Amino acid sequence: MTDPEHTRLRLLVQADHDGELGVAEAAELAAHLQTCPDCRAVRQELAELSASLRTEVPHYTAPAALRAALEAQAAPAKIVQFRPRPWRAIGLAAAGAMALAASVVLWLPPGTQFADEAVASHIRALQPGHLTDVISTDQHTVKPWFDGRIDYAPPVRDFAAAGFPLVGGRLDYLAGRPVAALVYRRDKHVIDLYVRPDSGTSAPAARTVNGYNVVAWAGGGMRFQAVSDLEPAQLEQFATLWREPPP
Amino acid sequence: MAETGDAAAFARIALPHLDAAYNLARWLVRDPTLAEDVVQDAMLRGLTYVRSFRGENPRAWLLQIVRTTAYTRLADRRGAAEVPLDPEPAAEIADTADDPEAALWQRQRHATLEQALAALPAELREIVVLRELEDMSYRDIARITGVPIGTVMSRLWRARRALRLPAEETAG
Repeated sequence: MTDPEHTRLRLLVQADHDGELGVAEAAELAAHLQTCPDCRAVRQELAELSASLRTEVPHYTAPAALRAALEAQAAPAKIVQFRPRPWRAIGLAAAGAMALAASVVLWLPPGTQFADEAVASHIRALQPGHLTDVISTDQHTVKPWFDGRIDYAPPVRDFAAAGFPLVGGRLDYLAGRPVAALVYRRDKHVIDLYVRPDSGTSAPAARTVNGYNVVAWAGGGMRFQAVSDLEPAQLEQFATLWREPPP
Repeated sequence: MAETGDAAAFARIALPHLDAAYNLARWLVRDPTLAEDVVQDAMLRGLTYVRSFRGENPRAWLLQIVRTTAYTRLADRRGAAEVPLDPEPAAEIADTADDPEAALWQRQRHATLEQALAALPAELREIVVLRELEDMSYRDIARITGVPIGTVMSRLWRARRALRLPAEETAG
């Protein structure tokens, strides 16, 4: 069994098993198998092992959140329509309305798509073990944690005194780019604040996506999106704290 | 940097192969949370390359990125000890090639085939996962793992010898 010829033949048996054998080699192997019980046994073993591997060993499937995020990325303009789906029952009469709705989607302001992604990311982060990469209530710990992980320095503030304690930070991917996420708590609610560079300035604007509230604003070279199941008024209070920090 | 259009294009290429990507990542890093991170990272990396992607064999293309990402993340974690890299890659397998008793011991250390596969050195484990679970050709496996086809064949052979229940083979 140690001679090179035998090794070569074993690899031929294996290649045959894997459907990788050329015609000439297949003919050679067939002739050899006639006279070699060892190689026939190897072939049998390979078949049994493959069958066992395919039935006994888990073939993992992607978590739903991961798939949802990628699907959202594949069709960013469409996700806005994924709310309740009463359309199905309405029938053909609604087709015109749907066409109109689809065209409206194209006219949505540019921030909308980011809001959807931010909400998807927020939901993903609520899965166990995903909330924070760095756990700290100290802004001076959280801020340096982002050094070297992203190519900008997000401002980090703690508003524990106002009832919005900082609990940590995380690196997320929105539209395929790494984005700083700061994690806050308000009572039992979690707030994710996504911070990314943006040269614009805009006042806080609120919207609701899949039942989550999103308040977005821009200023100081950054765009901010706060996502939470917290009620909008409180989320806007949080935004105000950010824009006009208490002394 | 990539544009949003690239992100959508990449996602459409990657979606049909997402399970394969996650399965490979999961078997390589052996941790569900880290595997998810790896796939997310790989999606980001893929974005950077999506414009140079020519459309042939998206699955191998994606898995190649996932594999690279997985090893990068494992290397990052080296020292964290939470997910140790294989301490002595391949060494314990290589010596069993013509030693039936060692092969027997190798397999019997593990109660199930799943555990035996998880315990294989990464360079052997990845080839078994790609061949047996993902049904990839030698050529694609060679492309994904960056080794010649001959190496794919010999590693696959070593891996299977380590996994198989010892039966025959003693007579050689």
